[in-house]
Amino acid sequence: MRHIISTLLENESGALSRVAGLFSARGYNIESLTVAPTEDPSLSRMTIVTSGSDDVIEQITKQLNKLVDVVKVVDLSEAPHIERELMLIKVRATGKDREEMKRMAEIFRGRILDVTDATYTIELTGNGEKLDAFIEGLDRAAILETVRTGASGIARGERVLKV
Amino acid sequence: MEISGAEIVIKCLQAEGVEYVFGYPGGAVLVIYDELFKQDKVKHVLVRHEQGAAHAADGYSRASQKTGVCLVTSGPGVTNAVTGIATAYMDSIPMVVITGQVPTHAIGQDAFQEVDAVGITRPCVKHNFLVKDVRALAPTIKKAFYLARTGRPGPVLVDIPKDVTLATCEFEYPDSIPMRSYNPVIKGHPGQIRKAAQLLLEAQRPMVYTGGGVVLSEAAPQLLRLMKLLGFPVTNTLMGLGGYPGTDPQFIGMLGMHGTYEANMAMQHCDVLLAVGARFDDRVIGNPAHFGSVPRKIVHIDIDPSSISKRVRVDVPIVGHVPDVLEDLIRQLEPQISKLDAQALKSWWAQIELWRARDCLRYDRASEIIKPQHVIEKLYEVTGGDAFITSDVGQHQMWAAQFYKFAKPRRWINSGGLGTMGFGLPAAMGVQLANPGATVACVTGEASFMMCMQELSTCKQYRLPIKVVNLNNRYMGMVRQWQQFFHGNRYSESYMDALPDFVKLAEACGHIGVQVEKPADVEPALREAFKRKDDLVLLDFLTDQTENVFPMVPGGKGMSEMILAEEL
Repeated sequence: MRHIISTLLENESGALSRVAGLFSARGYNIESLTVAPTEDPSLSRMTIVTSGSDDVIEQITKQLNKLVDVVKVVDLSEAPHIERELMLIKVRATGKDREEMKRMAEIFRGRILDVTDATYTIELTGNGEKLDAFIEGLDRAAILETVRTGASGIARGERVLKV
Repeated sequence: MEISGAEIVIKCLQAEGVEYVFGYPGGAVLVIYDELFKQDKVKHVLVRHEQGAAHAADGYSRASQKTGVCLVTSGPGVTNAVTGIATAYMDSIPMVVITGQVPTHAIGQDAFQEVDAVGITRPCVKHNFLVKDVRALAPTIKKAFYLARTGRPGPVLVDIPKDVTLATCEFEYPDSIPMRSYNPVIKGHPGQIRKAAQLLLEAQRPMVYTGGGVVLSEAAPQLLRLMKLLGFPVTNTLMGLGGYPGTDPQFIGMLGMHGTYEANMAMQHCDVLLAVGARFDDRVIGNPAHFGSVPRKIVHIDIDPSSISKRVRVDVPIVGHVPDVLEDLIRQLEPQISKLDAQALKSWWAQIELWRARDCLRYDRASEIIKPQHVIEKLYEVTGGDAFITSDVGQHQMWAAQFYKFAKPRRWINSGGLGTMGFGLPAAMGVQLANPGATVACVTGEASFMMCMQELSTCKQYRLPIKVVNLNNRYMGMVRQWQQFFHGNRYSESYMDALPDFVKLAEACGHIGVQVEKPADVEPALREAFKRKDDLVLLDFLTDQTENVFPMVPGGKGMSEMILAEEL
């Protein structure tokens, strides 16, 4: 089953490779991994999307907790949470497609960030499924380039992940 | 007053009370070696290969409960030490490894003797550090020692670029170092301990299985009290031997791939299992599905939460420091110990005695060729069962584990997790230095011994009177055994036909060498060797080439699916 795991870790060089190394050494999946410093510059927040049986997920959280640089670990999937991912997509926008692209962007509440005679660059935010749906809705030949951040997650309600 | 990074390193080691550093100098650590030269508190042991430095520091730690320290240079110094670091990591041995690194401005330039030490060791250390600022040096070394010996212990590496050893700053060694990301759980959960006590009291066919965690956490006294209170059977893993007295009637031998018939059968058929500081690894329980096919309740005590429910689901996990948890458990049990089902326990013991009567470790005592088991039995007798025994890896290791009855913890020193051939001799150096005057024997085989035999020269330099017991069968015995059982007797590359003359080898390094060919000469040769308190004696026993280790649980099989000697 798919899980989204959030961790706070020391913002030190090497911390990211310790996590990435753990996943590859123990054969765990990484669907996506995002990391950036938090409002406290000594801490980074990492969101890992992974999948596995309950036993595997239990081991993943335990092994993450065991890393000396890791301060806290939470499996967001255990409770209501919000997930968002950002995608930048460059599409061909010529002829009748130009208007169609604009409409698609509006339907998905995307924003056109950059325009040339032949292309649009669109920003889209949402959960992974929404971004997938947008790509599905386009003619493959019209997609020039995509870049996605991977999911970031946060718990709903008053639950917080803090030191 | 500002002092250099190199001097800070030495002052930190002094502050930690480090007695010995095992190492080998080189370009990137020259400044540290210069500071080492100027003082005499921290003594240096010069090995002949960095692998030996790591094993010696490891052996020193295993035999003394102190943190082992080794010091090596950048590049090949580090890569040579990696096998020793990984060995310590797999067996959770507290160790601090200080490595030199090329100057910070040269890092990443493919400089001479540059290797990414932190990167290369990341998967085989508890933690590691690259120190780029001399002001961070003392706090980092403090952290390294703290991390190495607390929680589940392990090796910690501190990589120090050469310019940092030259740079200066004020020195202050912190008393303690707070780490928000590292707080090992010490106290077991009281509710869980109550549940555990309940399960133990209700058991019909109880079994206690203990591992290296009991030895590492110094929990042997508590374990003994608990066992005497309960009267249950107890088995030790390879790493746990000595954690419970091997001579006690409640001890039913080592378990696992080469464990006793009674220990493996009792593990498989028990209804309540108490696992203490052990991790259900593949060499212990074999196939986890086969093990899980029998219903039983499992209580698991360990300092490391990730060791619990990793290979086998447990019913009552207890995370905590083993001696403290056992104390709590004893306190819970004492007032209600009369609730034990004495009748059930009696018939369970009767069953175990039947299994024991199979005499699974028997061998041909009338053989005219030296049987390796006979050598270990005589070694046990001659040393009064009170020696420190190190071993290498293979058949000889299993025979030593089966036939030497360890009565105390920290007497059996072997590479259990990584299975590192070459461990025995350098580890014995560390053991002997930690216990001057004690009897130290290295049980080895000719193939293992040759992996680190250059350390014979180190033994001469520091006058280490180790007794090397070489069970020489002219084969990589365990490889040959597997090839016999599972690969149609095709002995692919497991035979060596150009072995050195071990007697001359010992003599060439300034020691005494003796070859023994007849069973009748085994005991006299051992007695003679152990009389020589000041000399290293290498005893080269020419043993039966065809002898196999029994019982054996073949890889992937269940604990009760053992091959016994009489079945072949």
